[in-house]
Amino acid sequence: MECQECHQRQATVHLTQVVNGQKSEVHVCEKCAKENGYMNYGEENFTLNDLLSGLFHSEAPSPLKDKSSQAYPKKTQLKCSNCGLTYEEFARIGKFGCAECYQTFDERLNPILRRVHSGNTSHDGKIPKREGGNLHLRKEVEEYKLNLRQLIEQEEFEEAAKVRDKIRFLEGQLHKGEDGDE
Amino acid sequence: MSLQQFMNEAISPWMKQEGPDSDIVMSSRIRLARNFSQYPFPIIASEDSLDKVLDFFSQEFKKRSFRDYKDFEMVQMKALQPIEKRVLVEKHLISPHLAEKSDKSATLISQNEQVSIMINEEDHIRIQLYFPGFQLDQALEQASQLDDWLEDKIDYAFDEKRGYLTSCPTNVGTGMRASVMMHLPALSMTQQINRMTPAINQLGLVVRGIYGEGSEAVGSIFQISNQITLGKSEEDIVEDLHSVVKQLIDQERRARDALMRGSGIQLEDRIFRSYGVLKNSRIIESKEAAKCLSDLRLGIDLGFIDHIPRTILNELMVLTQPGFLQQYAEATLNPEERDIRRASLIRERLQLESEE
Ligand SMILES: [Zn+2]
Ligand SMILES: [Zn+2]
Repeated sequence: MECQECHQRQATVHLTQVVNGQKSEVHVCEKCAKENGYMNYGEENFTLNDLLSGLFHSEAPSPLKDKSSQAYPKKTQLKCSNCGLTYEEFARIGKFGCAECYQTFDERLNPILRRVHSGNTSHDGKIPKREGGNLHLRKEVEEYKLNLRQLIEQEEFEEAAKVRDKIRFLEGQLHKGEDGDE
Repeated sequence: MSLQQFMNEAISPWMKQEGPDSDIVMSSRIRLARNFSQYPFPIIASEDSLDKVLDFFSQEFKKRSFRDYKDFEMVQMKALQPIEKRVLVEKHLISPHLAEKSDKSATLISQNEQVSIMINEEDHIRIQLYFPGFQLDQALEQASQLDDWLEDKIDYAFDEKRGYLTSCPTNVGTGMRASVMMHLPALSMTQQINRMTPAINQLGLVVRGIYGEGSEAVGSIFQISNQITLGKSEEDIVEDLHSVVKQLIDQERRARDALMRGSGIQLEDRIFRSYGVLKNSRIIESKEAAKCLSDLRLGIDLGFIDHIPRTILNELMVLTQPGFLQQYAEATLNPEERDIRRASLIRERLQLESEE
């Protein structure tokens, strides 16, 4: 097969690209592959994608690691009601279709995320100010509670009382926020 | 157009500056992936929905809010010729993925080309910042500011448990990819980099040669970046990366010293031979050019060569890519013609320095 870029050399690199959910094949020589960014040093490289897709496939039929995935027998067609992506398609392309997909496939995600993120499955970083809702407040309360426990252990009761009052105040605000929403 | 003029336009302004540790660290980058909560991700979205995302930015852009914040220029992909797109890719202003995408994509590029915001890439929004040298913390700080500023206008797809929701499960959480591009000639000559890689991987970081996983690093340029985006804060990720890069810098300096002491004359010979190839060859493939340029830069760092600026490697690595070669030649070139052009461009570039 001749290289589709230079039409001169033999195509030795064969890649499958998924663009807009459309699969297409690329056949190029090694030189053109490198020069045209098919083997670029961006993080989006095809080997990772292929690997990922393989990983989902192996994950779906053998729910050995996560008990929750046994709740879904093989036959069940999980499908996102918002964008229409099925779990099978997700496994094939290795990409979510929309934010809702995370809810739809939630039960099956932990084993996948654990493998990709060294065992981690939940976010511990930045929280957007608006969409985060009262998450900021709740995180703050959690931190104060941790602090309170330490202070009590260290028998610094005066300081502990102050922290306790802060927690009460913040929790009061949290309740107010929740009532307001409803 | 003269080469000098061409270079002035081809090299992003930030690339000409030297940053901290820029003898070893070429650039630091932060990329944040963000999505609108109400639209499907670009990979699956209808033309109509892609238009909505694009329209949002066009409208905001008309309000001058973007330009006021950071003198951005909005570039619609549909307005570009294939070769122009490739040039943007080679300058790292857009990803190869964005260049291939439909007409429904765009990018906002800041005047100094340090910041770009890709629209309708794999995710709706990809904020990308480059800093010269080793400036990860600064890059994170600025990226986060830009993110806050955008968040004020956009309902991001965010989930308490999973964080920023992205199209690819490898980005979910912080949505952040922090990376540092390093020139590590001594560590790669002595094969030490291969031995260090497993330890780096254990920290959730990846080392890649310039042409990606599984192939040898050309030009001794390595990219170190975070692999995981869940379970760690942005600051922790950057801190881990920071400490690894710091160690690599130390190790590289040590390896350079050892090479100089142990085999200084061999090293000098290698450097001047490569310089000779660059100055004299009439046909040069990208791989050989990259190797010789790496040697030349090492020669500059070690003081063997003193009349050529250190940024020569970054510069010529960008300029000798196919898109740029063809833009400079103002013609479509086949690979053989490119090898000839590449050789002559490098000769011209080096000539330019000797004349000054
Ligand atoms: Zn070819
Ligand atoms: Zn969906």
